[in-house]
Amino acid sequence: MFTTNPFAELSAFISPSVMQTYVVVMIILVAAGTVYDVLHKKSARYFRENMRKSKAEGTKVGGGEMVSMAIKTALVDVAASGEFCNQKRRIAHLLGMYGFIIFALSTAVMVFRYPTADVVTPAIWPLLWWLGAALVCIGGYWFWFFIRADVSAEGNSPFRVMRADLFILSLLGCATFALIWAYLQASGNSWAMIAFWLHVIFTTVLFGSVPWSKFAHMFFKPAAAFEKRLSAANGTRSNLPPPVDKPEDFGKVSYQPRNY
Amino acid sequence: MPTFVYMTRCDGCGHCVDICPSDIMHIDKTYRRAYNIEPNMCWECYSCVKACPQNAIDARGYADFAPLGHSVRVLREPEKGTISWKIKFRNGHEKNFVSPIRTTPWGTIPSPAELPPPSENDFKNQELAHEPDALNIEGGLPALTSGQLKKGVI
Repeated sequence: MFTTNPFAELSAFISPSVMQTYVVVMIILVAAGTVYDVLHKKSARYFRENMRKSKAEGTKVGGGEMVSMAIKTALVDVAASGEFCNQKRRIAHLLGMYGFIIFALSTAVMVFRYPTADVVTPAIWPLLWWLGAALVCIGGYWFWFFIRADVSAEGNSPFRVMRADLFILSLLGCATFALIWAYLQASGNSWAMIAFWLHVIFTTVLFGSVPWSKFAHMFFKPAAAFEKRLSAANGTRSNLPPPVDKPEDFGKVSYQPRNY
Repeated sequence: MPTFVYMTRCDGCGHCVDICPSDIMHIDKTYRRAYNIEPNMCWECYSCVKACPQNAIDARGYADFAPLGHSVRVLREPEKGTISWKIKFRNGHEKNFVSPIRTTPWGTIPSPAELPPPSENDFKNQELAHEPDALNIEGGLPALTSGQLKKGVI
């Protein structure tokens, strides 16, 4: 089951060209949704204005230092989700992020390179596909039921749904029904197609709702992290007071308040 | 001067929601970021400003009587035991303050459950249990004698 390409089995019912067209449409939806989001919320303008103000008020930062900051942003803030102060949220985010990347990448590879049962799919791709979807589910459900602030801090029920949940719920629906579909299809269950269409619906909502969900955070969060590093380097420090010249006698403090 | 949140800095961790004594810091339903739901009920205790690990919360006056341009920014450095304040006035004038948060390492102050229960004598005096120890004042709390008071007070 874990080494079988689920899309190759599906090609008996749905033509590979339809599947490939669907993937391309989803990519176009994400690109168009992100551009619309950036224009509508004026986020690019906001970051450009902030950058211009920071440059005008602060000291000049050299090209080498800019490159170093960009690398640090990519490695620490993006690849390791370094901005999270809560370690549980950081781990859940890393699970979801890498799970989604692995899941999306292996889906694209299997749909485009090994679309039918006639072409042998290397076992690694279906394995990665299962692993990616499982990681999304582990990180996502952990976040959804226990970590998200409206449950852990606000004390609301995990089943209280709001617009901010559009992204995480559609992502979880997409990964969960993908796993259910692949399992049912491999075991020859006739309900497999229902799970598959639910997977398609959630996937379409996930990629088609970029302007209304927080999908675009993966584009503006790195910009915000870079801006933070730049403001620390040029001395403006986002208007914050300078760090105190004292030894770190009291050690690193990490705590999570719980009032509920 | 009620608080407001820089949405690009906030990561929606909920520290401010937990600490706000007025319960007016909440999580936004669209972007899951914190925001002040009722600025005119904010009593400006700055708990959320100090608690925010991302320095995403600032304070500003109401636009109708305090034109924008000023700011109150806080940097908490718990590992150094300090909290720094930068007050920026509208005319560009700046004031910086540094205050100590504490003088003992984190976690070294025992909770009441870790201390021995108060003795019978402790109930007869006006001090709280273990209070003199916590205040680090040898010989008990300082008290005024009648000679130090103005005539007519007692």
